[in-house]
Amino acid sequence: MTATEMKERLVGRALKRREDPKLITGHGNYLDDIKLPGMLHIALVRSPHAHAKIVSIDASKALAMPGVVAVFTGKDMLDINPMPAAWQAAGVKNYPVPPRALAVDKVALVGDPVAMVVAENRYIARDAADAVEVEYEPLPAVVDARKAVEPGAPQIHEAAPNNIVFEWECGNKAAADAAIASAEVVVKEEIINQRLIPTPMETRGSIARYDATTGEWTVWMTSQAPHVHRLLLTAFVFGVPETKLRCIAPNVGGGFGQKIFCYNDMAFTMWAARKLGRPVKFVEDRSENYKYSTHGRDHITEAELAGTRDGKITGLRVKTWANIGAYFSTVAAGIPTTLYGRIITGVYKIPAAYVHVTGAYTNTAMVDAYRGAGRPEASYLIERMVDRFAAEIGMDPAEVRRKNYIQPEDFPYDNGLGLLPYDSGNYEPALNKALEIAGYAEFRKQQAELRKQGRYLGIGISSYVEICGIAPSAWMGGQGWGAGLWESANVRVHLTGKVVVTTGSLPHGQGLETTFAQIVADELGVPYEDVEVQWGDTQGTPFGYGTYGSRSLAVGGVAIKRSVDKIKEKARKLAAHLLEANEADIVFENGRAYVKGSPDKGKTIGELAAAAAVAYNLPPGMEPFLDETSYYDPPNCTFPFGTHVCIVEVDPETGHVKLLRYIAVDDCGNQINPLIVEGQIHGGIAQGLAQALYEGAVYNEDGQLLTGTLMDYAVPTAAMVPHIETDHTVTPSPVNPLGVKGAGEAGTIASAQCVMNAIIDALAPFGVKHLQMPATPERIWRAIHGK
Amino acid sequence: MIPAPFDYYAPTSLAEALTLLQRHGDDAKILAGGHSLLPAMKLRLASPSVLIDINKVDELRGIKVNGTVEIGAMTTWSAIEHHAALAKACPAMADAVGLIGDIQVRNRGTIGGSLAHADPAADMPAVVLAVDAQIHVEGPNGPRAIAAADFFTDMLSTALEPGEIITSITFNSHGAGEGSAYAKFPHPASRYAIVGAAAYVKLENGQVTACRVAITGAGPKAERQPAVEQALIGTDGSADAVAAAAAHAGEGMDMLGDIHASEEYRRAMCKVYAKRALLKAIERAR
Repeated sequence: MTATEMKERLVGRALKRREDPKLITGHGNYLDDIKLPGMLHIALVRSPHAHAKIVSIDASKALAMPGVVAVFTGKDMLDINPMPAAWQAAGVKNYPVPPRALAVDKVALVGDPVAMVVAENRYIARDAADAVEVEYEPLPAVVDARKAVEPGAPQIHEAAPNNIVFEWECGNKAAADAAIASAEVVVKEEIINQRLIPTPMETRGSIARYDATTGEWTVWMTSQAPHVHRLLLTAFVFGVPETKLRCIAPNVGGGFGQKIFCYNDMAFTMWAARKLGRPVKFVEDRSENYKYSTHGRDHITEAELAGTRDGKITGLRVKTWANIGAYFSTVAAGIPTTLYGRIITGVYKIPAAYVHVTGAYTNTAMVDAYRGAGRPEASYLIERMVDRFAAEIGMDPAEVRRKNYIQPEDFPYDNGLGLLPYDSGNYEPALNKALEIAGYAEFRKQQAELRKQGRYLGIGISSYVEICGIAPSAWMGGQGWGAGLWESANVRVHLTGKVVVTTGSLPHGQGLETTFAQIVADELGVPYEDVEVQWGDTQGTPFGYGTYGSRSLAVGGVAIKRSVDKIKEKARKLAAHLLEANEADIVFENGRAYVKGSPDKGKTIGELAAAAAVAYNLPPGMEPFLDETSYYDPPNCTFPFGTHVCIVEVDPETGHVKLLRYIAVDDCGNQINPLIVEGQIHGGIAQGLAQALYEGAVYNEDGQLLTGTLMDYAVPTAAMVPHIETDHTVTPSPVNPLGVKGAGEAGTIASAQCVMNAIIDALAPFGVKHLQMPATPERIWRAIHGK
Repeated sequence: MIPAPFDYYAPTSLAEALTLLQRHGDDAKILAGGHSLLPAMKLRLASPSVLIDINKVDELRGIKVNGTVEIGAMTTWSAIEHHAALAKACPAMADAVGLIGDIQVRNRGTIGGSLAHADPAADMPAVVLAVDAQIHVEGPNGPRAIAAADFFTDMLSTALEPGEIITSITFNSHGAGEGSAYAKFPHPASRYAIVGAAAYVKLENGQVTACRVAITGAGPKAERQPAVEQALIGTDGSADAVAAAAAHAGEGMDMLGDIHASEEYRRAMCKVYAKRALLKAIERAR
């Protein structure tokens, strides 16, 4: 290759994911694959009651069983602190009651662990757990967030009067009140965003090993953020130096948010490993995951939207009760506040908006971030209300959207809700593209024809904007988050020219190993195969906040880019020295540094790496080796957007919905790997349409989870997800040098309301204005038949 | 998801299996495909101390189709699903089997295991009722045959006596003018029937001369629908006649109600699915 021949760029190419061959052939290394010599196993004794006092625990029968090593209760572990409440609602008083390693004196949800059996194997542990006798004094339970804060409701925690976790608001109440009071049209709706169970393929767990000679732990964990867990477990839970803990996330089988948080099992495995001097393992089974690991959503909202008869939206007032569950999970309060309220107006210029959120404790599983985390709830709300408004004034919903979009010249756009300014956007082209693919005008004619034949088709539109690339640390500090949210990366070019990237991000299905390697290979001009990406072990990777919030490319990827820039800068200096030229005359392209005007006179990055590594001939003052680390704190979040359209047919006899078409036009800025973007969009849509049609965690009044298994909780199979037609527009983000925004959650954020709007459109002839999710056949049948 | 301890036997003949069953009595459970039993054991809803795995009893497998259909109790759903002659001899069974669980479930689940378990939402009970099958069993007192109509006694309960194992299922192949179909409203998670309707009809000279309809999923056990059958027999089997007859579906049945479908809704769906199964069966009979 001569210097003038351009190496084919990898960025923008749909490469297959390099991590997949190992994972799809069963050669991944997941938590439960790890077996340490002498390892003991934990089984938990969990409460069958949603709310009860623990009267007594008798473990004598369990302890007498062969192979049982120990039984511990919450009272044994009072020497460690509860889990941290790391993100509290900003600017208001919070009443955080995070869980302890094991419950003490009382339980607050079904599945609350009251004792743990440690045994030689998992079978003995499980049998012995059944032999532990616990006497409870049941207390009345409450599962509904709005009821929980009413006078007279059962009180769950002494430290949280009236079960209130926080009361938070944003926007301008007086302006919103005035807009609604004086509006030509006001639509009002109660909108329930039901509770969902994230259901990663791999459940959660921890393995802890303790070295008594050094006082150091190693903990393997199903984690999206091992560095954060190391920090929280040492500094907050155990009160030991951070250096005493090494956290390792092996392959992680999906997270969807559920593996961001600091869980009790991380603490009790550490505690038991130290106590017993042997490694201990805890892995949830699916039922335990459903009962105890975090759930998502669960909002009850009263929403009012005001506007003019000609389709201009003038105000929005929102009152939400957010169910936080039995305890305060790690970032629970940030989700229904900053990530929900501050983006409630979506893609629309709404002059007056106000959001009030009450976080409530209930006797249910903890609720925290789940794919999209706050933004799906916001998006669902505004997009349902806009459709509801369009129907009220008899205007085409596409037209109402066009009339109210934030316009390209408005960016950077301040929505007045205390959010950072939207970075860039151009909403109408995405809408137009989606409608064109759908054949919107033609569909409306066809719809009218088919209605005459008793067939009920509907079309739904969802325009969304979301918050990715979180976030500038100083801003997050002001939002109640107790740390920063930058990312880091180290890039080294070894003597052999091989490039090793270590990142604080934690890929668990996002394909970052591929994406990151594409960026590095392009930027350094080295073969893609020569770039190795490493992550997951706090020993050997720089500190990072982890992978969630669609932030790993827009923050972690930029940190990598910056390290590569530094490598190039040093390589340029070294090349100038070796080629006896001025640094200003060195051109670096295609992995080669050469003297401007003399392309034959140059050094490859491999040659420069070797020269830097052997260090025989370096410029004065230059340190050996090409090895650079960057910490990137983004100046702003990024704001991906798009429009999804779907077409459904409803069977009026049964209420079944058939998804006929699903069209997604997304703008995530520049795309590094379009195949991965498409995969992320597909997965996100599957989860969003599942919320619209199938999924919903249901508790009875006593706090028993009625959807506690995969036989009851309907996660869609491939056969239940339609063919998805994807397209995109590209509006690069001005926030970062890659121009990227993020794509991991967009599908989920866009899709639930897209499907619901289509169903409600199909049901318009029956006078249906709103339906709660999931739109089960029975719900639809009742709406049609007025039952 | 770890079951309580149990002893495990894997006999290779029916005689050996029956001996083991007699020896261990109520402590023992027969393990066929295991798709209902093993999850129940893992959740510790069932804790038999002895499992007798009859998957190695080859004499219980196989499908024979001539004027009569004979299906060995340990025949898997996928073997039934891929049997072309059986699909012709009884389309309702082919319809139903193709809707059971997923491919993995069908590769392992067996017809005998399903019938013995008598899950109120299983598909096959409705089909065997509609085709008026005989369920052949063998026990300490030798072999006997039980009519499908007498087999399902209550939720998860059958006419099987202690010590008996189902050996095969037999019924008549459809001839000229006969048709059958199965229509199902599947539970979105489990794929079991919220309502499943199996229908068999015989048409002679444009008249419905025989009809059997059975519904599963809606009540505590699968049940024949005599009111529907009587209303349809003697009619021309037109869409209107079918709709009028199907309106009797669910009559006299106790309806189940749960978070997935209320009693009222299940009752309404009985009518819809009985109608759909009948229309298809008639179309096939013509």
